[in-house]
Amino acid sequence: MSIILLGRKKGMTRIFDAKGEVIPVSVVEIKPGTVLDKKTQEKHQYTALQVGFEDRKEKLLKKPQKVFFAKMNQSPKRYIRESRVSQEILDSYSAGDAVGLTVFEKGEFVDVSAKSIGKGFAGVMKRWNYRGGRDSHGSMFHRAPGSIGASADPSRVFKGTGLPGRMGGKRATVQNIEIVDVRESDNIVLLKGGIPGPRGGVVEIRKAKKK
Amino acid sequence: MDLIKKIEGEQLKNEVPVFNVGDTIKVSMKIVEGDRERVQVFQGTVIARCGNNANETFTVRRVVYGEGVERVFLLHSPRIVDIEVTRRGKVRRAKLYYLKDKVGKGARVKEMKR
Repeated sequence: MSIILLGRKKGMTRIFDAKGEVIPVSVVEIKPGTVLDKKTQEKHQYTALQVGFEDRKEKLLKKPQKVFFAKMNQSPKRYIRESRVSQEILDSYSAGDAVGLTVFEKGEFVDVSAKSIGKGFAGVMKRWNYRGGRDSHGSMFHRAPGSIGASADPSRVFKGTGLPGRMGGKRATVQNIEIVDVRESDNIVLLKGGIPGPRGGVVEIRKAKKK
Repeated sequence: MDLIKKIEGEQLKNEVPVFNVGDTIKVSMKIVEGDRERVQVFQGTVIARCGNNANETFTVRRVVYGEGVERVFLLHSPRIVDIEVTRRGKVRRAKLYYLKDKVGKGARVKEMKR
């Protein structure tokens, strides 16, 4: 496992590579994080780094949160993420250290998670890619789901049947995204292709699981 | 959005030839075949310009052996070596999609008188 970084999606554009080829990129502004706490094998039975991102005004906090940050002697943070890491990585950080772009390099592959854009109450064609019926020639079946099962046997709707409902607004992950560029001066990474979520949305980036 | 503008700004060419919809232009484009590189020229009428910054494209149309051919180029692509304007056209609209339906004499664009 690797360290999870948090950022905000800025939008998409395209860039030209050395060959003149066009690469579509998502721009993510990385929020510099601070190590809040370390979970150790002896005390917690697992090793992890607890990292906070984005400062938050103290007056916005409730008392338990105030105490939580006061105990660690840290300024309050908006987001806290725990990254399971190996013992070596754990040892190389201590509480209060900054965590930033240095975690990733150009050319590496990452997984990106974020809350996808909410689509509202969606029908089966949009939500489950059902084909629907034809619009003309007397067709009386357009965008409806159609039959959802048999009769007395089984007397129920099978699990996994695609039905209308809320779509999007849920955590979504895209795997194996290439890092096209890392720019420390602006604190941004350029990721190849699209990533979930709206512009300005919070994005989690971690090393690719399957590469 | 400023970050995006900044990134796109780096992609832009410093100088882009001035040409408009209706002009006849020669586009010289680098083509990579395996490890060889050569320059291919495409000549035709500009029928549209689209987008802005690093995303700006233009569409060039020509008729080859009676068959209309259109190519869309990225204005700021490093593959485009040169754009030469051979004729300025006089047009009254921004997109010349009507040329697609015209053949022969009707498919001409008037030359701009200076």
